[in-house]
This record gives sequence, structure tokens and C-alpha cells, in this order.
Amino acid sequence: MAKHMLSSAASIAGVGESEIGKVASQSGIGLAAQAAKQAMDEAGLRPSNIDGLLTAYSMTEPYFMFGTVVAEYLGIQPSYLSSMVLGGATPAALVNHAVQALATGVATNILVVVGENRATGQTRDEAVAALSSVGHPYYEKIYGPLIPAFYGMIANRLMHETGVTREMMAAVAVNGRFHAGLHPNAHMSQPITIEDVLASKPIATPLNILDCCLISDAGGALIITAADRARDMPSQPVDILGFGEFHTHEHIMAAPSLTEFGGKQSGAAAYKMADLSPKDIDFAELYDCFTPVPLIEMSEAGFGTPEEAGELFLSKETNFNRKFPVNTHGGMLSHAHAGAAGGLFAIIEAARQLRGDAGGRQVAKRERAFVHNEGGIMSSHCSLILGAG
Amino acid sequence: MTNQAYIPDPPLPIPQRNADNAPYWDGAAEGRLLLQRCRKTGQVWFYPRQISPATWDANDVEWFVASGRGEVHSFSIVHRASEPGYRPLTPFVVALIDLVEGAQMMTNIIGPNALDVAIGDKVRCVFEARGEGINVPQFLLEER
Repeated sequence: MAKHMLSSAASIAGVGESEIGKVASQSGIGLAAQAAKQAMDEAGLRPSNIDGLLTAYSMTEPYFMFGTVVAEYLGIQPSYLSSMVLGGATPAALVNHAVQALATGVATNILVVVGENRATGQTRDEAVAALSSVGHPYYEKIYGPLIPAFYGMIANRLMHETGVTREMMAAVAVNGRFHAGLHPNAHMSQPITIEDVLASKPIATPLNILDCCLISDAGGALIITAADRARDMPSQPVDILGFGEFHTHEHIMAAPSLTEFGGKQSGAAAYKMADLSPKDIDFAELYDCFTPVPLIEMSEAGFGTPEEAGELFLSKETNFNRKFPVNTHGGMLSHAHAGAAGGLFAIIEAARQLRGDAGGRQVAKRERAFVHNEGGIMSSHCSLILGAG
Repeated sequence: MTNQAYIPDPPLPIPQRNADNAPYWDGAAEGRLLLQRCRKTGQVWFYPRQISPATWDANDVEWFVASGRGEVHSFSIVHRASEPGYRPLTPFVVALIDLVEGAQMMTNIIGPNALDVAIGDKVRCVFEARGEGINVPQFLLEER
């Protein structure tokens, strides 16, 4: 089977990551600008070289037409620009759109950038209330749920239908925190144990606070350009080998299943484009808004059943120096979660690992990575396969 | 029947009526759970729409009175609420119900034994007064 025409057509030529944590000295868009500068420097570009801008949205800063606001703030006048709202799936989908825009020649150097000050730009109650708008305004919010309750229902059903255990989910959080301890810019780095997760404050059963992603201030950025052009830039290119999307619902009450989601289709499309299979993948950077999610994503990406994935986490085989490294930066459970930036850090981490730039958490085998972003309540899925260029 | 005789303070959320769902809330006000199905395919869906999602034809939409019976597909016991009216009610149960007619909807499990809920439990619909003449469908556990 031949590779798709878009496979290896474009590359990530630079990545950037802002200050992370509680960064009261920065606005959300300021964090995005910090990350954009780093990514641009890595690619050896100047602002005038950026003719494409892809970004997401902000829930903390009152900007309509977020993309043009970011362009204005950065002082650029792109000829290709869009802001997408696919929740957590947005960053990987932006990569997909960037590849298509580069291949059709409507842009040359595309900046993908997202930043939000979710930790300090709003109170914790405002953050929780804003995020509960993910629930259906007429038929879900009237029952007082919050996002952890939606994922709690997924977790309970997953344990009901499969051999996944509570401890397996907790092990996902422990794996993330271990890696965050090896990342110089992670929001939370103090080690935790399975017992700590199980004893932490209950939020929405079976999920406790340590099963839930962080609320951070953070921005991330990528420069994406044609693969041949990336070879002339200062950083080692990271090639975009494949991508796939799938969207099954928005609200959890309308999900076709609570244990099977669109990751299966998005992953299959990415493998098909790359002409690769799960056995060709060296490590994975997955969306971990809540601890059951990576177990489902591992399964849908072809790395075993959910309980086999759980066993890998329990036995620490997902650590960076073991059999199949997962979420080597700490994920959104420990590195950072700030709106759409959360999933972008999975892409940034995969790029750094593939370049061999991951320092004390560097994986040994670093040819190909599987990255997954998910938005809504397991609603929108986008998978990427990235390769060392 | 309405199960709740008082309006808590702060109040629980009042559902928004719109052109899609007016019959649904009118039905609830009369103690009836109204659902829609497709005249052509028989598909039952939740939530109310102006078209059949099977055919996209508005003429295929048919309202009917559902049994109000179903079983718990999954649930979560919420310990931290974002809705002000729900904060005094923690811990409370949010659940997805597989209605016997085939659609799925969200609800709270209410009643004295609500926190004993398990996947697969049989439930039946009751109506909770929220003020302004609005009733919200809620579900009680059937005797096991």
C-alpha cells in the first residue's frame, strides 16, 4: 500500500512552550506569544516569514475572532488564518489543516499557537462553571453535572464492561507525575503513588482530584512548513506522517457508547495515511484529561485492550525508559492543562522526543510517535503519527 | 406526580424552552415524558429536534408518550457541584438512562436510596417541580 500524498509532506520545524503553572505576570495571549517566539526561533524564522496562523479560542479572555486577535497582537498579517473550536482535539486538528494548507500552496510557514491563563485569569469556580458549558444547556446542565461526572460515567461503564480496575486508572496519574518530575517546566512534579490517588479528594465517582487534569496558565506553539523547506531550517525536522479525525457526538447523552469512541477511526485513518501499523510506533503522547481516557485511547490506537493498557501502566512499562513510553512530559494530569494548549503539549513533547531533545526523560527508540487529542466528552478525535526527520 | 414540594434556595436550574423543545416541557408540566420517533424508520431519539435524524425530513417527526421506564447505563456520584443550586445537594447522582423505547437521556437519580445506584438498575421517571410551572424529568430506583 502506498503512502498518502500528504504523508511526510510537511514537518514541524520548531516548537515552543511558555512559562507554565500559575503565571499571574502574563495574560493568556501573552503566554501564546512567548511560545510563538520560541517556536519561531527554533525554525530560524522572523515574524514577516509567517504567512499562516492557526489557533483555537480562549475561555478566559473576552476575544471574538480569536485568530485575528492573535495575529494583531503578534504584529503579523497572514494570508491564511483560522481559529477552530474542537475543544481538546483542536491542536492535532490544526496540524492536519496546516498540512493541507501547505500542500495546496496557500501558506508557506504556518504558526500553530494556543495559550490561556486558566489558572489565574479566572477564579476556580469560574473555571469549573465555564467548563460545565460543555454540558448540553437544555438537557444536561439542568441536572448539575460537571465534566468530571461525565468522565466518571465513562470510567464506571469501562470498569463494568472490561477488566479495567480503579488501580489501573490511578496508575495513569502516577505515570504522568513521574514524567513531570523529569520535565523542567511541568506544573506539578511532586511524586505520587496509587494510594495517594485513591485517597485524594473525591470529585465525581470514581474519579478523585488526582484523576483530574490540572488547571494551568500555559501556551504552546509549533511552526509547520513543507518537509523539504524544513530540511534547511536550524532544528531537526519532525515529519507529519499521518493524521485522522473522527467526530461521533458532542454531548455524552448522545454518545453511541461509553467505552468505544472515535479514536478507533481517527487512529486507523492516521495509520493508513502513514502506511504504518501500531507495531511501528515507539511511544505515545495521549490526551489524559481524566485517568480512564488514556486506557481507552491506547486500545483504540491498537496498543491492546483497555485492561492490557492498564497492566502496562500498573507495571510501569509506560515509563520513558521501559517497553512502551506514554505521556513522557507528564500529560495534562501533571505537566499542564490550559484549554486547547493541553493537547498541544503532547505534540510538542513528541517532537522533542523524536529530535532527541528530551533530556533526562529521553526515550531510547525515537523513530515514530503516536499522538492523540480528544475534545468535548470523547466527542472529537484527532490522531497524528509523527516521525524523526 | 411531582416529587419535590419546595423550591430550594438557591434554586435549581430552570430549563430553557425553545422552538424545538416546547412540547417536551409542556408534557413534563403535565407529568408525561414525551419523546420523538421517526415515522419512516421507527428510530427513537433524545433530545427533541425539528427533523428526523434518520431522514432529515421534518414530516417524519412524531411525538409520543414514553413509558418513563428504563435502566441505568452509567452514573457518577458528584461531590463537587458547579451549579449553585446543586451545591447543597452534594453528594448527588448524575446518570445516563437507557429508556425502554431505545433513546438515552441524562438525569439525576433521586429518592432516599439514590446513592445505592448501580449500572443496570431499573428506574422510573418522576417529575420534579422547578418553579415557573416547569417540571424536570427525574428518575427513581425501582425496588430490586
